[in-house]
Parts: sequence; C-alpha cells; structure tokens
Amino acid sequence: MHRLAWLAALVLAFGPRAVALSSPQPPQSGEELQVTDNQVGHYGGSLVVAQSAEPKTLNPVTAADVRSREVIGRMMADLIHINRDSQKTEPSLAKSWTTSGDGRVFTLKLRRGLRFSDGQPFDADDVVFSFQVYLDEKIHSPQRDLLIVGGKPIAVQKIDSYTVRFTLTQPYAAAERIFDSLAIMPRHLLEKAYHEDRFTQVWNVTTSPAEMAGMGPFRLKQYVPGQRIVLERNPYFCKVDQRNNRLPYLDELVFLFAGNEDAQVIRFQAGDTDIMSRINAENYALLSRDAQNRGYELFDLGPSLEYNFLLFNLNDVKGPTASKLGPQLAWFSDLKFRQAVSSAIDREAIVKLVYAGRGMPLWGNVSPSNKFWMDQSLPHPARSVEHARDLLKSAGFSWRNDGRLVDRQNRPVQFSIVASSSNNQRTKIAALIQDDLSQLGMDVHVLPLEFRALLDRVFQTFDYEAAVMGLGGGDADPNPEMNVWLSSGSAHLWHLGETKPATDWEAQIDQWMQKQMIELNYARRKRFYDQVQKIIAANLPYVFLATPNILVGAKKNVENFKPAILEPITLWNVEQLYLRQESGAAAGAKR
Amino acid sequence: MTSKKKFWAAVTFLVLLHAVIVFAGFVAPYDPTSQNRNLPFVPPTRPHFIDTQGRFHLRPFICQWISRPQSLYEYEESHDKAYPIHFLVKGPEYKIAGLFSAHTHLFGVEVPAQIFLAGSDNYGRDQFSRILYGGRISLASGLLATLISLMLGLLLGTISGFYGRWIDELVMRTAELFLVLPWLYLLLAVRAFLPLYISPMQTFFLLVAVIGSVGWARPARLVRGVVLSAKTRKYVAASRGFGASDIHILRRHVLPHTYGVLLTQAALLVPQYVVAEVTLSFLGLGLSEPLPSWGSLLANLQQYNVLVSYWWMFIPGLALIVFSLGYLAVADAFLKRLQSTTV
Repeated sequence: MHRLAWLAALVLAFGPRAVALSSPQPPQSGEELQVTDNQVGHYGGSLVVAQSAEPKTLNPVTAADVRSREVIGRMMADLIHINRDSQKTEPSLAKSWTTSGDGRVFTLKLRRGLRFSDGQPFDADDVVFSFQVYLDEKIHSPQRDLLIVGGKPIAVQKIDSYTVRFTLTQPYAAAERIFDSLAIMPRHLLEKAYHEDRFTQVWNVTTSPAEMAGMGPFRLKQYVPGQRIVLERNPYFCKVDQRNNRLPYLDELVFLFAGNEDAQVIRFQAGDTDIMSRINAENYALLSRDAQNRGYELFDLGPSLEYNFLLFNLNDVKGPTASKLGPQLAWFSDLKFRQAVSSAIDREAIVKLVYAGRGMPLWGNVSPSNKFWMDQSLPHPARSVEHARDLLKSAGFSWRNDGRLVDRQNRPVQFSIVASSSNNQRTKIAALIQDDLSQLGMDVHVLPLEFRALLDRVFQTFDYEAAVMGLGGGDADPNPEMNVWLSSGSAHLWHLGETKPATDWEAQIDQWMQKQMIELNYARRKRFYDQVQKIIAANLPYVFLATPNILVGAKKNVENFKPAILEPITLWNVEQLYLRQESGAAAGAKR
Repeated sequence: MTSKKKFWAAVTFLVLLHAVIVFAGFVAPYDPTSQNRNLPFVPPTRPHFIDTQGRFHLRPFICQWISRPQSLYEYEESHDKAYPIHFLVKGPEYKIAGLFSAHTHLFGVEVPAQIFLAGSDNYGRDQFSRILYGGRISLASGLLATLISLMLGLLLGTISGFYGRWIDELVMRTAELFLVLPWLYLLLAVRAFLPLYISPMQTFFLLVAVIGSVGWARPARLVRGVVLSAKTRKYVAASRGFGASDIHILRRHVLPHTYGVLLTQAALLVPQYVVAEVTLSFLGLGLSEPLPSWGSLLANLQQYNVLVSYWWMFIPGLALIVFSLGYLAVADAFLKRLQSTTV
C-alpha cells in the first residue's frame, strides 16, 4: 500500500501535467459554503510563484518567517478574515458573529458540513483545539501576544458543535481582526502530538502530505528540497463562485525557491514564474521596458504601510558595551540632536534615488496610504540644514575650523549606521544619510551587516549606535503596532525592556495606546491614535524616512488578479485566480 | 615587435598608468565622493566637435545631460548651450601627497555643466574620478602586499635553502600549510573578530597585511630552489674555503641569483593582489562607502538592473583588465630573460 502511494506520487510528479487527482468535489446540500463575487473562471493549470528560499516550517503555530507564512497561508483558513482589498473583516469559516454590548464577548457561528482537505469533518472542537495550541505558553507561538488582552488570554468555549464563544477580560477595539490568519487546525491529526509534547516538531517541510490537512484552498502535494514546494487543490474548500463551482480554479500552486530578488526578476522575465510580489523600483523600471513583448503586466499600488526609519540606540546600556559606545548615547538622548538629524535628511532624495520616485517621504509612523488612521495634521517640515545647525548650536554643539561638529567636551561627533547588507535599499538610504549629515560636520559611517547579526545587535546586545530599519505592513489597524509603541513592547526598538516608561512622552504614548485599544468607537479611537502620532513625531524616537510603493507583476493571462497593499500582496485571493486560455497570438508572445 | 620593444612598451604604459593614478587629484575633474542627486546613472558625456549648425570647433565641447520626462534615469543632451572643455581649470580642492592643497585640474567644464567621462553612479558621483581615486587604493594595496610577500618569501626561502635540514623541513611544511589555507574565509573570520567600525586606514592596512602575509609561500619555494642550486656552486665552496662568513656568501654569491625570480614574481603578484583587493571589496570586506576602490566600484554590478541597464558601470573592470595585461606583459618579458640567462 505504502509503495503504491509512492508510485502514485512519482507518476504525479513526472507524468503529464493535465492529470489532476484532486478534482473539486461537487457541492453537497448540507454544506454551508461561502459564495464569492469574482468573475467566473475555469478549472485547470498551475500557477508558479517565486520565493527567496524554502519555508522553514509548515507548522502554522510556530512559523515566524514570511516565507513559511506565505506557503502555510495558502493551505489554512481562519474564522474571520480581513479582506485585503477592502481592508474590512468578512466571514470565513465562521458564517456570522455577534458581539456583546460591552464588546467583551464574541459568539461565532461556524459553517456546517465543511471538511478538511483530507475529507474529515470540521467543527467547534477543531476551533477550541487550535486556540488551545496558540495559547499554550510552552509552544511560544508568535501569535500568542495578540491573544492576550489586558494581560489575560482570551477564553474559548464551545457552546455546541457549530458555535464558539470567545470572552475577553476587557473591551478590545476591532477584536474581530485578531482572528485573521489564525489557522484552524485539524484536531484529528494533531491532538496526539500535542498531548505528547511534540507539537512544535510536527508539520515541517519533510512531512508527508497524508499527515497534513487544512481548511485553505490548497493542500500539500510535493516538496522537492532546494527547488520547489507544490500545492494542489483542496477538493473540499469552502468557497464557490456564483455558478456554484467549487474554488479554487487552479490545479496546482507551485512555490519556486529562486533566490534573491534579482534572481526572481530574471525568472519572471524569462516566463518561469507567473506572479511577482514586491519588485523594487529599479527592477520595476527594468521589467517595464519589455513588458509588452513578454506578456506580463506591472502594477504600482501606491505607498505601502511599511515605514523605514533611522533608529538611534536609546537603550539603557550597561557594562562593556556602554563604555564602547561612549558619548554617542548622550547625544542621541538629546531631542534637539535627533531633530537636527531629522531636519538635515533629504527625504525627497531617498524617494528619488532609492525608490526611483516610487515611494513617499514620511514624517510619522503611519503611511499616507493608510487613510483610516493617518493623522493628516502632522507637519511636513521641508529639509533645512540651516535649521539643523541652529538646533545643534542651541544644544551646545559647535564647529571646528575644518567644519567638523564637536560637542561641549570638544569630542568630534561621529557614529555609525548599521543596515541589512541583504537589503540594498536600506544600505543606500544609509549612504544618503551619511552624505546629508556630513553637511552638518558629522562623521557618519555606514556598516552593512548580515540581517541576523543586525537583529542580534538591535534586540539582544544593544551594541550599535544607529540603524536603518523598517516596520509595519501587516495591518492598517493600530492594534498590531501595540508592541512597537508600548514602553514594555517587544518591538519598542529604541529602548527595549523598559519596566516603566523612561520618559514622560513614552508614558503618554502608553496611555493613549491603551485608551485607543479599548475604545470601540472609531472616531474617538482615531483621535487617541492621532495623539500618539503627534507625540511620536514631536519626540522622534525614530527618524521617519520614507515608504516604498508596492510594485507587483503578473502574466497577462492570470485573471481575477487583484493585488492589495496588505500582506500577502498578490496571493490573498489565490482561490479566485485562473489562467485564461491563450489565443494563438498571445501564445506566440509567451514563446 | 621584438620582445625588448614589447617590454619597454609595457613598462612605459604601466608608468603612465601609475602616474595618472598617483596624481588622481589633478587628473580627476571632481571629488570622488561628491554626489549629484539629480544626475544618477548618467551615461558618459560625449565630446563634440561639430555643433548643431554644422560648424567645426577645434576645441571639443560638451552638452549637459537633462533627464527625459516620465522616465527613470534616462537622459538626453540639451543643445541649448555648448560647454567647451578647458584644460588646467580651477575646481574642487584636493591634496597633493596628502600635504599641499591645490585647485587646478587637468580638464573641466564651466559650471553648472559637468563632464562625466565614464558616466555617473547611483548617487550621481563622477565615475571617472572614482576610478582614478579607487585605483590609488587598489594599486597601493597590491604593491604593498607584494612587497610584504616578497620580503617574507626571500627571507624564509633563503634561510630554508641555505641552512637546510630541520629548518628547511619546518619552513617548507609551513609554506605548504599556507598554500592550502582558504584565505578568503580566513579574512572573513578576521573581520568578524574586529569591532564594527574600523577606520579606512586600518581597513587598508588589514587588507594589505592579510593579503601580503598569506602569499609568501610560493616566492619562498622558488627562492629556496635557487638558493639550493646556488650554494652547491664551486665558487661558493671556494669562498667558504677562504673563510667567508654565511652573510658574505649569501650577499655576494647566492642572493644575486634570486633577483630574477623575485622580479618575475613581483610582476605576477601585483595584478594578482590587486584582484584580491577587488575580490574583498566586492564582497564588502574592503573600504566602506563613500571611499572608492576598484572592487567596490565593480560591486555595483551585483545588482541585476545595473548589470543590464548601465554599460558604463563595467568601465572599472576594463581598467582592471588593462592594468593586469600590462603587468603580465612585463612578467612575461622577465621570465623569458630569466630562462635565456639560466640556459
């Protein structure tokens, strides 16, 4: 039997492509399926996308890296989903939900008659089990933080087989957004491993497809180490189109491990891949030069939600690192110094030279594309080296005859900026800042560092002076940013591990962030978050620089392609994508 | 061309090339680190002799590049005004031998026009100036490292060949160890131990020290061979019979035989070490931005869009090839002479 399965896999791998084993199951009367409003397509074909490298794991609870989550997200489904296009929540595995008047109790009605991709039925027990795993402290899920509201984990209770109640200890704004991307897992496959304390080891890349199942549009078919991972249609997926055809249309979804972005661009240009998520502006210009002949289309979706910033080390550094860093820490903690740096940086040049004009300068943490939450009243001071010099003068700095800036003790102002060596754009930003600040007489060095080494310095040893980094991009809502702005937050990068707010303004940020978190009224919440943005912009824990536009590409025959600025940019509606049959002329262009 | 003529042609060429690079401040029209943020990736400026009316000018002139609207880094010549190329013009300050400041440059054009003989890079920096200044670092590190290697090689090779026995064994086995050493990884390891920021000077000497001290094994072996054969000559035995000291014998009778080998090795090692510096800077182990070296200039080509879009970014590579060919021609001539004298 086992050998037979192996043979079947071999035939599938090397046999003709048209053979599809997992043909979509016709909808049954008892199934409460979700009807999508996309253009009706036809079945067949396989879609190839590139990834930089293989996913580390296929375990939805422990996956922390983007690559793993990209693959897992296509095999899993959540209870309530954020529509990436409208940025609003919509029913997914839950067909409806009700909220109690105080905003603390959520009652979710699940769809009936659904099945996992291995054909086993889905019900409330799977939901309860999934949340039990996510909340288990021993498993260290990166999503666990989101499920802790007011210091207490969310309580999950099964009411009946198709009703689940979630209880929060305090009101939580936009609580239904928490459910997005929290994968519901099959209890029948995983409960044993969970009770034997080996949950973190299940579902890695070498797991056999038979041992995995999910509620997403695709299921695992084959993994070829170092080359690709192939997903095939989940024949029991819970969505149908308007003609009652069960989605997804595609037979297969292939993730090709192609290497860095340049390598991915080459593969896309050559027609090896169908979709390219996130292209940098220079490659975008390169690709657009022969887009016509090669049969793909490019899309500029406007500014992303990501914010890139210059980070100064304001940590409470002790021991040998402190003596090594020396006077830099004192300069950085002076607000006027940070303001002077901010005033001297040419943000327009960053947008022009780093993002080739496809980006926007930033003066705050909320991107202009986030229309619901951006504080429109934030000032956008123009670049002024004069103003920067005045600020430095009033902070006690002066200039030597050779133009070098010195502090009160006559020490020359010099520091280094670390940036990820694999991120060309950030090292370029650092090089531009270096030149900008040299006009103030500062001696700045740019140090490209391997990304993990950089994270180690920023998060663990605090052995750095300044860094160019980027954050954001997950969701438009302010709540996922709690860990960045709360003084106790795990991504409060400028000063990690504060037991209580180190400054007044950090205490104020804490208060406003807590207030907005429990406020259910949007207008009031927006006012609170505007306050946060104002305090941040005035105190500059980060010197905000710019946000790149989201640039993507897809072959012309990919239909229903609707890229969005929220992650995953292109594949969020993968179940609706289908490949248009090529006419003679188009096929000629494709070669 | 006879081989002698070839040799002198190569030497003259190398002397010229080195002079241009030593006097980079004078020859280069601009400061290699000054950015022109409105002119990233401009193609090389074209010198013109014939203007739009078809008149011929003896003094070449250039036109400004203006960016084409609605395009990314695409430029066209503006024919509104011609800027004649002048020689010995005043320009940005530079230092001669690091001491005297000067303002006179070999050539230049009136501002606001700029002349980019080899185009500009991503930050609008003049690539011609960067190649010249970068050549200083690459060449200096190549020459210094060669000097270190040859000194070490000569010293250890002589001792090994002359005294023989266990010293010979020790030195030669160590040499073999050095030959198999993966020096690129060694340097990566050395870099990891150093503090995050080290000044350009320190980086430079680190590069030179590592490249130079790793490469002594081959010259040492060659020198040892020459010394071994020289010390068995009858005149050496005679000299010893007259009571000459080891130092005397080495200086008068043995070492003169090694000079040919050393010269040949030098001509081979210099380009090799310049390439070593280029490799290290290419990998980001060399000098950091904004200082140029041939390796860091070539590192721009690591980006696919630069590689396929801007052909002038290959020019530093061309400089490297021309330079290496010059040295190899000299090495070839040395080798031929060495063979003809020993036969």
